[in-house]
Amino acid sequence: MTLLSSVEVARFVARGFLRFDAAVPADINEQFMAEAGAVQAAAEGRRVMQVYAQTLAGSGIPEAPPGRPLTDTYPADSALGRLMALPRVAGAFRSLLGEAPVFDHHFLHITFPPAYYEAGGAENVSQHTHQDSTIDPRLRFDVQLMYYPHEVTADMGGTRFVPGTHLRKVSEVAVGRYQNIRGQQHMVCPAGTLLFLHHGLWHGGGVNRSDRTRYMFKIRANASGSQVRQWDASDLNGPPAPRPIFFRKAPPAPDTVETILMTPEPWFEQDTGRLEFVNRIKLWRYLTGEADYDADYWLTRLENTAA
Amino acid sequence: MRRQKVLVLYLANSALDAPVVAWSMYDGTGETFRMAGDQDAPPYPTGLAALRDGWRLFQASQLNPHARGEEFDLAYLKYEFWFEQLVEIAP
Repeated sequence: MTLLSSVEVARFVARGFLRFDAAVPADINEQFMAEAGAVQAAAEGRRVMQVYAQTLAGSGIPEAPPGRPLTDTYPADSALGRLMALPRVAGAFRSLLGEAPVFDHHFLHITFPPAYYEAGGAENVSQHTHQDSTIDPRLRFDVQLMYYPHEVTADMGGTRFVPGTHLRKVSEVAVGRYQNIRGQQHMVCPAGTLLFLHHGLWHGGGVNRSDRTRYMFKIRANASGSQVRQWDASDLNGPPAPRPIFFRKAPPAPDTVETILMTPEPWFEQDTGRLEFVNRIKLWRYLTGEADYDADYWLTRLENTAA
Repeated sequence: MRRQKVLVLYLANSALDAPVVAWSMYDGTGETFRMAGDQDAPPYPTGLAALRDGWRLFQASQLNPHARGEEFDLAYLKYEFWFEQLVEIAP
């Protein structure tokens, strides 16, 4: 399997996602589309949710209860079985969740073209921004894989997500009031693209204005054991030497763990952006097992309490 | 008849002239229909710019002390400002 590097894991810690374009071979994508099943054509009076329910009922993708080993979830020769066996996929789950990840749930997300809404008498709107599941105060995290089996163009309403929001403890769609957030991204991608998300990342489905139905398949998995240093951590050699802070004569070296963890997002508020840095450092401590790790002195300063 | 347009701006700090980091708009006239993810650049650079364009501020989020032990917990955007315009429409 292809394990993640420390730089990739640091990016996941800082931004809450890792994206791999066209990582799934075309034959698996085609097999997935055949197994997922086609949607019925739009017809006057046929509601979108009826079409959705019929698509799920007729799909070749199996139902699966939560709690089983992730690797036992899909038949080995099915598209999803082959997908999960890809070195990139197996390596990313192993790197982020450790040995023996557990299947949580999966879902076939379908975004219908305007004709379905016109026929069914409903409004074609994007999904409100939300965080999946419910309020989750854990430092330990789940991973959600979003799989895009066909090309997604801008007018197809690919998943919208907001990098760096994953460490905020919010209650599902309570963040729906925020229509637009600086730095938000929209998935426009080639077939076979994979998006690995921290479970807390804010996201939502876009509105499909094209004449093609859009598919995305999501798989959520949990850790069953340790998440500490499960990636290729051979490039980590003890605590980094502190680097100068604030007064710097040149930009810091790019692509170091510290630079990645200390890079703000465009939506960061000026004061809480610093708290985001603190929370990233805490998550990095959790993942590396280095209880005294720090970047740019944020936690060292706060932990300097009376003797 | 009058209808209300509502603009919600989320700013980078508690000052009304701070940069916009997030925004929402709801149009009671029905002329436009805004939704999540429909605009990647903010309509105004700051809250003050919205005032100068005729929006009327009617609510701003309070500054609350941080509960002991929860100082580093982050959740919702902190600096929320609500604006409105009242628009005459044909009956």
